[in-house]
Amino acid sequence: MSLRIVVCVKYVPDATGDRHFADDLTVDRDDVDGLLSELDEYAVEQALQIAGEADDAEVTVLTVGPEDARDALRKALSMGADEAVHVEDDGLHGTDVLGTSLVLAKAIEKTGYDLVVCGMASTDGTMGVLPAMLSERLGVPQVTLLSEVSVEGGTVKGRRDGDAASEQLEASLPAVVSVTDQSGEARYPSFKGIMAAKKKPVETLDLEDLDIEADTVGLAGSWTAVDSAAQRPARTAGTIVKDEGDGGKQLAEFLVSQKFI
Amino acid sequence: MAEVLVYVDHVDGAVRKPTLELLTLARRIGEPVAVALGAGAADTAATLAEHGAVKVLTAEAAEFADYLVVPKVDALQAAYDAVSPAAVLLPSSAEAKEIAARLAVRIGSGLITDAVDLEAGDGGPVATQSAFAAAFTTKTRVSTGTPVITVKPNSAPVEPAAAAGTVEALSVSFGAAATGTKVVSRTPRESTGRPELTEAAIVVSGGRGVNGAENFAVIEALADSLGAAVGASRAAVDAGWYPHSNQVGQTGKSVSPQLYVASGISGAIQHRAGMQTSKTIVAINKDAEAPIFDLVDYGVVGDLFDVVPQLTEEVKTRKG
Repeated sequence: MSLRIVVCVKYVPDATGDRHFADDLTVDRDDVDGLLSELDEYAVEQALQIAGEADDAEVTVLTVGPEDARDALRKALSMGADEAVHVEDDGLHGTDVLGTSLVLAKAIEKTGYDLVVCGMASTDGTMGVLPAMLSERLGVPQVTLLSEVSVEGGTVKGRRDGDAASEQLEASLPAVVSVTDQSGEARYPSFKGIMAAKKKPVETLDLEDLDIEADTVGLAGSWTAVDSAAQRPARTAGTIVKDEGDGGKQLAEFLVSQKFI
Repeated sequence: MAEVLVYVDHVDGAVRKPTLELLTLARRIGEPVAVALGAGAADTAATLAEHGAVKVLTAEAAEFADYLVVPKVDALQAAYDAVSPAAVLLPSSAEAKEIAARLAVRIGSGLITDAVDLEAGDGGPVATQSAFAAAFTTKTRVSTGTPVITVKPNSAPVEPAAAAGTVEALSVSFGAAATGTKVVSRTPRESTGRPELTEAAIVVSGGRGVNGAENFAVIEALADSLGAAVGASRAAVDAGWYPHSNQVGQTGKSVSPQLYVASGISGAIQHRAGMQTSKTIVAINKDAEAPIFDLVDYGVVGDLFDVVPQLTEEVKTRKG
């Protein structure tokens, strides 16, 4: 049975860089390097493993983002994905998660799929809501936050480790899956993989290709509005003591002074 | 006064603390109408009434436990249709965020997640959020539809406020999607007797410096003396010293307790992303240059195996 897998990935600002907001209160992408969200590497890895188990499978990696976001697609292609789709349109600047889920859902439908694989959250927004939104928009089951996932005979199975319980889940394909960082180490691209990625097809789509009205996305079409973004005042320098044998006692004194004890 | 829907997180009728915090915030923007689903839903009513719920809508059906997330969305949507609220508030648990996400799509509304504060504004509720590992604070509104907002634990005090808490059965008809994802089995997590990590007022975390699974007993002993939850850095979790469910950081859980005690944790940006909004931060580390010391209110440069047991003894002595 052939299996069409679409992996949604995000190009995010490097967390070790100096991230800040632009004048329009969107994320400033000019001053900090971007990369494939680490949590999406796990999604690519699981998609490749599922594809490896299938008789005939194709892995398409999909992103919505500016020109640079192509770097995230290249990384996924060099890991082993077969092809990529890049939704790029000036009208997308400032799109929030509702709009992004709409664009992704349209692109996924256009590409065709049996299984959509996502990371548990992006490492920048960290909302963790996009997979559920995709499931709602596509009208297919959500099998999310999985630490283990497998696909067999048209059924996806997985383990979801929650706060209170660990659950075994099961749904019929097509479905939307999200995986956690516990699902398995992501592979490093090999030199051969990196070279091969340069030759793999990357399809570019814009809003018109997806039949999306411009006013439903972008900053103006956003469902939420950021009124202000303020840098938190630097923490005032704390007290730091060197342990001379009574460090624990001194710390206890501090906790007493703050009424924690 | 406008009604505000509050999604109730409970375990067999015992309401979890973040929901009571939500009721405090809900009262700032309207009259809380609580929605409690699943086994024990009606048992939540008394507690919810004591904390300001004017009404408690309840539904009990096997679907809530047998299938993932969607049946609860159907129920919350039924409550939404019945009440036409000014806002819908949910706790920022993984499941509640997914419920919020699907509801927002269905009702065509904007979604704000992980708010750390909420106040009434001219154009609807204004949420405070933290961005970029808590380096920034943003004020955000929902500009389209009825605001759907999830709120992080420890964002508001729990304040008793007596209200009617009238219990009404909510009529729910499940859609075709409700039974799409089957929960084949459920294994409850073994209770440690400690508070839940994301809700705890005090979190004591250990990192690479703990140097071994068996040494986490030192961290646990301090946590128990303070009535705290135990957290772990990614390094400690990846090394297999502590379960992933206790991981604090960008790829683990985000915590915002009154007091965060970091032991043997250097404070990489990924860890800071998960704990930087803690009110008071304390660290113990051998390395005086560790970045965690940039964040602390009080830091001890020293061996955690000397400092932590001494602190634990002091706490025990002082608490008698």
